[in-house]
Amino acid sequence: MTQLPETPVAPTRTVDAVTVTGVDKTFDTRSGQVDALTGIDLTVSAGEFISLIGPSGCGKSTLMRLIADLDQPTAGTVTVFGKSAKQARLDQDYGIAFQQAGLLPWRTVAANVGLPLELHGASGRDRTARVGELLDMVGLSDFADRYPDQLSGGMQQRVAIARALAEKPDLLLMDEPFGALDEMTRERMQTELLRICAETGAAVVFVTHSIPEAVYLSDRVVVMSPRPGRIQEIVPMGLNRDPAHAEALREERAFFDGVTAVREALHTGSPVPTGARGVENR
Amino acid sequence: MALTLSGRSAPSAKRDTTLRIVAPVAVGVLVLGVWQFLVSVVGVSDYLLPSPAAIVEQFVEFFPSMVSATMITGLNALLGLVIGSILGILLAALAAGWRPIDQMSAPIVASLAVIPIVALAPVLNSMFGADSQFGRQAIAGLASFVPVFINTLRGFRQTLPVHRDLMKVYAASSGQIVRTVTLPTAVPFVFTGIRIASSLAVISALVAEYFGGPRGGLGGLISTSAASSAYPRAWAYVLASIALGLIFFLATLALERLATRGRQRT
Repeated sequence: MTQLPETPVAPTRTVDAVTVTGVDKTFDTRSGQVDALTGIDLTVSAGEFISLIGPSGCGKSTLMRLIADLDQPTAGTVTVFGKSAKQARLDQDYGIAFQQAGLLPWRTVAANVGLPLELHGASGRDRTARVGELLDMVGLSDFADRYPDQLSGGMQQRVAIARALAEKPDLLLMDEPFGALDEMTRERMQTELLRICAETGAAVVFVTHSIPEAVYLSDRVVVMSPRPGRIQEIVPMGLNRDPAHAEALREERAFFDGVTAVREALHTGSPVPTGARGVENR
Repeated sequence: MALTLSGRSAPSAKRDTTLRIVAPVAVGVLVLGVWQFLVSVVGVSDYLLPSPAAIVEQFVEFFPSMVSATMITGLNALLGLVIGSILGILLAALAAGWRPIDQMSAPIVASLAVIPIVALAPVLNSMFGADSQFGRQAIAGLASFVPVFINTLRGFRQTLPVHRDLMKVYAASSGQIVRTVTLPTAVPFVFTGIRIASSLAVISALVAEYFGGPRGGLGGLISTSAASSAYPRAWAYVLASIALGLIFFLATLALERLATRGRQRT
């Protein structure tokens, strides 16, 4: 296991956001047991942005669901801010966004964003104020009274992200939240996500199968391989994270070097054919 | 902004609306014209098919009786629909929450769906007395129960996995889950069931009158008029029955629209 030394970025809490130790996960299916994850060890520092990347079936979504306590590991332990995953869920220590926006179609945008606050008994006035802030943050203030079906996919996803941020979590879990978006919208959403993370100082566990997305967003990229799902390599990025610099970053050498490093790690250590590598050397 | 409008330009949408009204009216007028022509020019016998004019004449002449008959049958159907729907929703909620109930109720509901009114009406009439409307209301209720139960149960099972995950993430109580996700997801299905049940309730309440019990309802008057060879009057009561069925259908359709406003309809 290639566990790199910790380099906490802007620590807001002293405790690590997520610690995964020796986790296995097997699913019982009709055709026998399937090993989804084996021997996973991973630590996410407070305020750190981590991407889980790998081919379909490598268990990256399963790992995120274990951290969220939506599934339980077969072996090993998952702790979130020093507590069990279950306690962290009950304490609402994380916000979550899925590949589908998962909005409630019978609620307005504002009521969707305010849903977690409503469920946890926030007063009407606090809720209105916080929802206003959140909609401002994702640039949808003019759409507060619309219904989800009246919004585009990108806008729905932004509502879902606003909802995930409603209770100011110190950890954000995101399962391919931009997977269904077109490339242009996707890039804009990535830049917005980085801005929001810089504003809130939250740690992020981000599941994706896009290499550029992982490289662009992450402090470290966790490369996973399938059957059984395990961590192949953890690639540190160390790109310039100045928000003002966010757009230029996409065309920088360091960015392409990161892409190459992740690509090579994904190809199970075997070097990527030189032809592909030549692209960024031109 | 990237708002998804219905994707049609305004003038063509307007033309669509016009066409939607004009087309059925044109068909109706045409059918009535051909019908009147067959009776008064070709000479189809009155007892086979009375002319539209004769039917309308009877309708106007017996208008107070039309209204009172419609009220009697309509009230039976309405009571049956309301009680059948309530029972259907409650039992569906139980079946959705507890699997054994679902498995126990499945054969009962399947047999309820095929009970012939012909068989049930005389039995209920002798059980509750010949002067009681209860048998008819019970039959309308039974007919309403089945589609409401089936649709509601289906609605309770439509909760999306992503919504379930979300509720778990929020550590929502089971009461909160039912209120915020399960019930709202089921609502359109419940109202579709009620809309289907509304027509069945009217038909059942009306047919049940054929098998004895107090007179005065639409079904009873249709059979009495036909028995005394007053065919145009029998048809006039049929006309009133159609009006009653339409009122029920439109009312439940409006209710369905009201309950699902703001959502995209497919």
